[in-house]
Amino acid sequence: MKLPNSPVSFDDRMATVDFRISHTAHITVDSEVCRSCTTQACVHACPAKLFVPTNDGGILFNYEQCFECGTCYMLCNKAGAITWGYPEGGHGVVFKHG
Amino acid sequence: MTATPHFDVVVVGAGPAGAAAALSAARLGRSVCLLERGPFPGSKNVYGGVIYGRILDELIPKWWEQVPAQRWITRRGTMLLTDHQSLCIDYRSTTWGAPPYNGFTSYRPDFDRWFAQHAVDVGAVLLTSTTVTGLVRNSRGVVSGVQTDRDGDITASVVIACDGVNSFLAKQAGMYPHSGAENFTLGVKEVLSLPRGEIEARFGVSGDEGADFEIVGGTRGIPGGAFIYTNRDTVSIGAVLSLKELGAAKVRPEDIIAGLKSHPSLAPMVTGGEIKEYAAHLIPEGGYNMMPSLVGDGLLIAGDAAAMCLAAGLWLEGVNYAMGSGMAAAAAAHDAIAMGDTSKVGLAGYRRRLEKGGSSGFVLTDHKKVERAAHFLLSDRVQNRFPHLACDLLEQLYTVENPKPKRGALTIGRPLLKKYGIGLKDLVKDGRDALKIFG
Repeated sequence: MKLPNSPVSFDDRMATVDFRISHTAHITVDSEVCRSCTTQACVHACPAKLFVPTNDGGILFNYEQCFECGTCYMLCNKAGAITWGYPEGGHGVVFKHG
Repeated sequence: MTATPHFDVVVVGAGPAGAAAALSAARLGRSVCLLERGPFPGSKNVYGGVIYGRILDELIPKWWEQVPAQRWITRRGTMLLTDHQSLCIDYRSTTWGAPPYNGFTSYRPDFDRWFAQHAVDVGAVLLTSTTVTGLVRNSRGVVSGVQTDRDGDITASVVIACDGVNSFLAKQAGMYPHSGAENFTLGVKEVLSLPRGEIEARFGVSGDEGADFEIVGGTRGIPGGAFIYTNRDTVSIGAVLSLKELGAAKVRPEDIIAGLKSHPSLAPMVTGGEIKEYAAHLIPEGGYNMMPSLVGDGLLIAGDAAAMCLAAGLWLEGVNYAMGSGMAAAAAAHDAIAMGDTSKVGLAGYRRRLEKGGSSGFVLTDHKKVERAAHFLLSDRVQNRFPHLACDLLEQLYTVENPKPKRGALTIGRPLLKKYGIGLKDLVKDGRDALKIFG
């Protein structure tokens, strides 16, 4: 049995969310542009933790568990780094208790 | 050649604004297409507490007999938190637990689906799993429909954009100059399962009654707030964070929820609760002066797309404003089509309906009233210094220090004002601002 309020791992946290994953990415990130970004606010602020900094200063991005919230493109201060749109109809996050 | 389907009104987004617009327009006899990009209405939607029902009275008489409510809110608190203290205004009412009810909690996928079904029942055509990719304009530049990723173009006399907080349609139409991060907050939430009886014991409610607490503080100095509310067999807890400051703070949103869950005043409410769902959504909190233009040629903007969330401390509402604006948009579209002028001029009735009288006049009237709220409530004094001041003041008033003689509130308060860097001038200014907003 879990202890009261035992911290959940981030993977377990995201496993509580349903996604109907599309084959095509609705968001693309140009890691080349990210290399010159000093803040990389997306890394900390994305509630799904989809932006992972790489050793060479770039960003590794995975669209699959995206909440489609918009935090990343709103905070991005590098033009052209993030291309953001909605997933094709019927795909993406499906909230049960939103 | 296949004819492009045509409707009097195309509504983009089947949330509360879109469903209210579709329901109202269909009732007025208009042909309506209601488009939803999720697999069902509400599948993309998240909220932070309570849906207030008065606006539903006109749309669905005795709605409370059929709405998929989780709990009727009979206990409503506003709480200030510091690291180790809390102070709560805790209001309870039995009248809120009986028809016509004041507000209720719900799961948005349940509520939105239920509400959109009412639009379908009066003839609106609901197309789910259909993402709108852009506006279609005629040769005169007037919006004449939408492009979709599934059914090609759909033409309409009027398009009502209820496409949510990111409203790409308002942006694409050039109607949203204030869409920078400073006008938005990020809401993050956990839904925690607990046995029904346990929730009722912990929150002091019974039967179908529920509690909702709005919180200032507890967000690690990031301007915003937090909330905790009850559903039937889950408790929802979350934070609302200034997007700009979150980006600069380098704090993870889920760590802020963890901090709330372990706060000594909140932990007893949520301990042992198992996480059923983690969710995140942006909230348009910029207020009245940061809204997009609401009326374009052939195009109306409503709900979150029009930044109609009302975030004013004591009042934190959105679903009701969305519905009110959707109803007004439908009525304005109906009139414009009847007059044969769906240009900006023909559709100008939308703004008038949001400004005065009728079912929807509260929408912009309220927003105008609290136009300074966002700035005031997210200020450092309201966010950080006043909660500390109020908690310390009460701590010292309540602490018995025999054999020392008692000190009054002013004697205690003066050094505290100094400690937290609050001058008399600040108090006067903030008092005046608070009066303007809440007075």
